[in-house]
Amino acid sequence: MQNAAPTLRLEGVAKSFGPVAALRSGTLVVQPGTIHALVGENGAGKSTLVKIVGGVHRRDAGVVELDGEPVDFSGPAEAKAAGVAVIHQEPASFPDLTVAENIYLGREPLGRFRRIDRRVMRAGTRQLFRDLGVDLDPDRPAEGLSIADQQIVEIAKAISLDARLLVMDEPTAALSAVEVRRLFAVARGLRDAGHAVVFISHRLDEVADLCDTVTVMRDGEHVSTDAVADVTAGDLVRRMVGRAVADLYPKVPSTPGEVVLRVEGLESTGTFHDVSFDVRAGEIVGLAGLVGAGRSEIARAVFGVDRYDAGRVVVGGRTLRPGDPTAAIAAGLALVPEDRRLEGLVTESSVARNVSAVSRRRLARLGILLPDAEARLARDWSGRLAVKAGALDAVATTMSGGNQQKVVLAKWLATGPKVLIVDEPTRGIDVGTKAEVHRLLSTLAAEGLAVLMISSELPEVLGMADRVLVVREGRIAAELSRAEATPEVVMRAATPGAAGQEGAA
Amino acid sequence: MRTHARPWWQRALLTREMLTVLILVAAWIIASATVQGFDGPLTITYLVLDVAPVLLIALPMTLIIATGEIDLSVASVVGLSSVTFGLLHQAGADLWLALPASVLLGAVCGALNGALVAYGGLPSLAVTIGSLALYRGLAVGLLGTTAVTDFPESWTDGATEKLGESPWPAITLGLVLLIAVFAVLLHATPFGRNVLDIGRSSEAARFSGVDVKRTLLILFVLSGAVSALAGVYYTLRYGSARGDNATGLELQVVAAVLLGGVSIFGGRGAIHGVVAGVLLIGVLGSALRLEGVTVNVINIVIGTALVVSVVAPRIAGGLRVRRRSSAGHGS
Repeated sequence: MQNAAPTLRLEGVAKSFGPVAALRSGTLVVQPGTIHALVGENGAGKSTLVKIVGGVHRRDAGVVELDGEPVDFSGPAEAKAAGVAVIHQEPASFPDLTVAENIYLGREPLGRFRRIDRRVMRAGTRQLFRDLGVDLDPDRPAEGLSIADQQIVEIAKAISLDARLLVMDEPTAALSAVEVRRLFAVARGLRDAGHAVVFISHRLDEVADLCDTVTVMRDGEHVSTDAVADVTAGDLVRRMVGRAVADLYPKVPSTPGEVVLRVEGLESTGTFHDVSFDVRAGEIVGLAGLVGAGRSEIARAVFGVDRYDAGRVVVGGRTLRPGDPTAAIAAGLALVPEDRRLEGLVTESSVARNVSAVSRRRLARLGILLPDAEARLARDWSGRLAVKAGALDAVATTMSGGNQQKVVLAKWLATGPKVLIVDEPTRGIDVGTKAEVHRLLSTLAAEGLAVLMISSELPEVLGMADRVLVVREGRIAAELSRAEATPEVVMRAATPGAAGQEGAA
Repeated sequence: MRTHARPWWQRALLTREMLTVLILVAAWIIASATVQGFDGPLTITYLVLDVAPVLLIALPMTLIIATGEIDLSVASVVGLSSVTFGLLHQAGADLWLALPASVLLGAVCGALNGALVAYGGLPSLAVTIGSLALYRGLAVGLLGTTAVTDFPESWTDGATEKLGESPWPAITLGLVLLIAVFAVLLHATPFGRNVLDIGRSSEAARFSGVDVKRTLLILFVLSGAVSALAGVYYTLRYGSARGDNATGLELQVVAAVLLGGVSIFGGRGAIHGVVAGVLLIGVLGSALRLEGVTVNVINIVIGTALVVSVVAPRIAGGLRVRRRSSAGHGS
């Protein structure tokens, strides 16, 4: 036994894809019984590092040791067998199998006549969940499990495989506050049981809350490793970006003009009810609330990709035909949707084609779309938004999340909208690009654009919005001015059953 | 920022479509050199006359498959249009009236497919297998086992007439015109961009304001109309309107489109590749027939070519991935 050896030790690990060095010098030492945060901008090399640990990629150079033993995995199965488990943001499970079957997939306990012994499987799963302190039915099908529950199932599976090292890759990105709390409880339990946990997140408050040690990476290299107690969030941001972020939320003051978007009594049975609000030219209205409160659904209905049962949407004095995005666009509406890769972009298409996607009709002369006109528009807008790509015909799949989001923004700004709806505009985007997106939104509003911003990150809403609408269970629960909107007030309005209490526990 | 990552000649030549064009050229050269009688002028004449229906139908089919859908009812529309054309002639209608009427009926057939797929939300594979049976059943039911054959010679000759002294049939002009129209539609109009976007991600297309349903409906209507036009040509070319005309032709069309490099999963495809795919099947067919090879063997050859053309990009992609990861090994 080598109790002194760290569970995981990486030193000077490098990996290149063709000419691109994704990881130059990855160094990470994780002790057993600790939760180790790994932070850095997108493209800093965290994912590559995780994939090397998880056996997906093979390193070009450097040292990887598990419990003091050098390892070189040739595939994920080997890594798994050695006790490494990677919990993905959105785990893939087999929807038609039960929770227990998913956990024991490929190593089902066999009873007499080599039949699968469901009783053993069920009891084992129940025991696992008891150890983790969660309440889940082993017999329910995996289909319809929330992302949070799927992660728990993955963790249970990892524990049953005797994983010593659990890597959680941005697990909280799509979780609600309650689910995050449960995940943290599970993670602390694992730590106390002696497992080593690597926790990757963009949310520094979570790092401070949960982790013992934090390693910062930048440009594929190790920057620093400290005890969490010894560093401030400001220190971490500075190290991640490599420069001081003057202001993550640069708010340009503007005077709101006339009402451009008016939503009256919008109703969709079972989703949202009696939603009414205005957005004026030059103001940013934040739509805050818990995940699942119905904010995105409201935005989708306003834009016309979803239908609604009652109410109306008026843009610049014109009532929009329900369920007709084309009409909404013609009236000056733009929607940067929540799911960038599925709804925001055609990821298989080039930057140029994506940027021109909504403006094609306008660019066409006598029905013919000239490649020159398309390239000019794309060059113009990707230049203005500082999109980083090898060429205009580079495929969007190859780009980082931040650059993809800029392409989506470019696509909509190219249409010259009056109202811009942005749904989680900076989700999964690195800190540097985040500040760029904020500056852009702020500038656009100052120039007279009406912005409706949905965000689950409270600091973002409070930092950017002139007015905050809080959505709770499909209804507008509160309307707050910039001065009134404090984290406590917003959270109290957003949490069901918390009104009048001292905030949610 | 640069507009293109690669120089123009690479973008033009190193494509899946150019591979089909290259194979077509190679097949032509080899056939001319080794097959007796292949380099005669009649080869061109019959090649064009024979491939015309497949070529016509392959054009709208390219756009439909590029959206990730399929239309398997095309050959039945050929049959139904052939019967309609024949019956109208028998009833004494002017052929100049029977022609647009048949095409219109084809458009209606396509509209029914399109409405069920786009607005009914049903899978096109299932819908058009159903309408394949339905339209064929109507065609055979209307005319029974008989045929209408007494078309005026001015029309039947027109279908096979040559351009002056050249080996090229007069219909070549019409074919070239339609190819150009569809090439422009797919590659140089907002509509064509929408078609490819739908094939790549119909959800993203919808969020960009593309009317996905209307686009699909239009494509199926086009497919029906063009198939009906092919049906009229087929009738005049063989001088016979029958309910079972062009049975099974849909598979040749789909084969040609896939050979031409259109992705069966949608989002990828080009008209020049499809034209080459159609001609390749035509050239293989006529060369093998001249060699005295039976139809069964010809089908085996074409079938193998199709499977290879669908599988080859997969294998090439797999090899590329493997090479990349093994290049990563060398530490």
